Amino acid sequence: MNIKILGALSALALLTACAEKKAETAASTGTGNAVAAPSIVPGSEEDLVKNVGDRVFYSFDKSTLSSDDKGTLDRQAAWLGKYSSVNVQIAGNCDERGTEEYNIALGQRRANAARDYLVAKGTAASRITTISFGKDRPQPDALGHDEASWAKNRNAITSVK
Amino acid sequence: MNRQDPTMTPIRSRPLDPPVIRLGRRGLMAGSAALLGTPLLAARGFAADAPAAGAPSAVIDVDRARAEPIPIAIPALTGAGGDSDRLGRDIAGVITNNLARCGLFRPIDPAAYLNQPAAPDVPNFANWKAVGAQALVTGKVDSEGADKVRVEFRLWDILPQTQIQGTAYTTTLSNWRRIAHIISDVIYERLLGEKGYFDTRIVYIANSGPRGRRIKRLAIMDQDGENNRFLTDGASLALTPRFHPTKDEIAFMSYANNRPRVYLFDLGTGHQQVLGDFRGITLSPRFSPDGNSVVMAETDDAGSSIYVVELGSRHSRRLTDSGAIDVSPCFSPDGTQIVFNSDRDGDQQLYVMGSDGSGVKRISFGQGRYATPVWSPRGDLVAFTRISGNTFAIGVMHPDGTGERILSESWYVEGPTFAPNGRVLMFWRETPGSSGGRGGSARLVSIDVTGFNERELTTPTDASDPAWSPLLS
Repeated sequence: MNIKILGALSALALLTACAEKKAETAASTGTGNAVAAPSIVPGSEEDLVKNVGDRVFYSFDKSTLSSDDKGTLDRQAAWLGKYSSVNVQIAGNCDERGTEEYNIALGQRRANAARDYLVAKGTAASRITTISFGKDRPQPDALGHDEASWAKNRNAITSVK
Repeated sequence: MNRQDPTMTPIRSRPLDPPVIRLGRRGLMAGSAALLGTPLLAARGFAADAPAAGAPSAVIDVDRARAEPIPIAIPALTGAGGDSDRLGRDIAGVITNNLARCGLFRPIDPAAYLNQPAAPDVPNFANWKAVGAQALVTGKVDSEGADKVRVEFRLWDILPQTQIQGTAYTTTLSNWRRIAHIISDVIYERLLGEKGYFDTRIVYIANSGPRGRRIKRLAIMDQDGENNRFLTDGASLALTPRFHPTKDEIAFMSYANNRPRVYLFDLGTGHQQVLGDFRGITLSPRFSPDGNSVVMAETDDAGSSIYVVELGSRHSRRLTDSGAIDVSPCFSPDGTQIVFNSDRDGDQQLYVMGSDGSGVKRISFGQGRYATPVWSPRGDLVAFTRISGNTFAIGVMHPDGTGERILSESWYVEGPTFAPNGRVLMFWRETPGSSGGRGGSARLVSIDVTGFNERELTTPTDASDPAWSPLLS
């Protein structure tokens, strides 16, 4: 790896760190994610993450949507209605306290639950693909071996394809 | 990558009546492959026929072995100078390591030996008896040209003063470990009365990188951890490899092209191909005992269902339709039944059905959730992962659900696989790391099916998802 690439990588890391810091500050001042940062491109992945909410969470070994989750998916459906050229992938994930093969099927069931809700709210099924990573792609901020981390990893994450 | 089988020549396949010990090459037959195929009864027959009246033979019952591992002397094989001396020591070392690790033998410390045997001489039985040996391995190593080696091996029963086995093997120099493993299997079989498992390999998943972005590569090694090779480059996730029962082929799951599917991997050519044409994710493959089909799961709207795919025609047939997650199917060794994992009753439990999908019956009723069932090659047990509260365990039960026994418990263990003789299980164990994703470990662990002799294997990286090969020879 040459120095140029290393330089680019560290710059990227710095940017990421700044973005996280901003998000934290916004949350702590109570503005939440309701205010769009001016630099965010409407209809982009960043728009989805920051202004809509890209993920829903599940209870242990479950794929049932809570009312909070339905609220998130309602916003996703509205957003998808607004940006009709955007296609998405929904990835289902599980916490680490299960067996590998079963968790792949469980993650798929979670992705399906989110997809079915979006379809019921009017999103064309052809715009949504699904995948499951089982427990193999834990979130970078949820690597602890505790309920707080596990809860974050029992999810279905929508991303722009 | 194709494996290369050594040529085998029995020097003497039957023990002679003591005290007559002749070391001539009478009855020498080239290329006989029947030796390892000696049926169990033949070995037991030998035990019954052992002529030394009153003297206990080294041939013992395996189930007694936990309390009484067989004391065995494995001196360096005699070389002809130079490299062959080193090879003689190395082969004895691999045999010693195999037999010690299996827990059923107690190799005697070479420092205690009263003399070094000079193969092919008749050993001084009194000297080996004096150091407590019940069995003795002798042999010699000869170079045959630049790259060929000939290894002669004899197994002696000390008390009745008999030669139990005499075989010569020729192979290429680089293949010497296989000879050591084959000899280990012969010793195991002749002294314990059942087949060994040393001339085998383990296919597994090599884990590297931070926990949030784990790189998972298909890898293969000998059962003792040597000759490790990585088979995929880690660009996409590889999971759950399983060996074909007769061919150098592996079925596994790959996330190549962001499209998780079951693939076949040809160990000879390195060629990979998707198995079948399924809409959903395909996962949890296992070959049928005859090697003609693969049973696996496909995800669908409600969970996943079990299919069997014929490898010749690629025709697939659906076996379950429960509207739940049906996953992790595994054939019984006679091919008539399938054990699998399902949450159709609310959480993960084990079920058995006919190989056509008929007569589904739940077999797990203990405390907790049960997963990853795998049928013993002997047919008498199903091994599983059990999750109770915050504890994971590896256990076995009879295929009708009775006689559950837990073999190993910890924060996280998963995925048992049987050695081809059904005597030993391997699984993987993880230990927790820090909340930042550092630390923690994933290791392969072997354990005797009776629950003793638990041992970690040394692997170049963290390791998971082990699957034991059948005997190579």
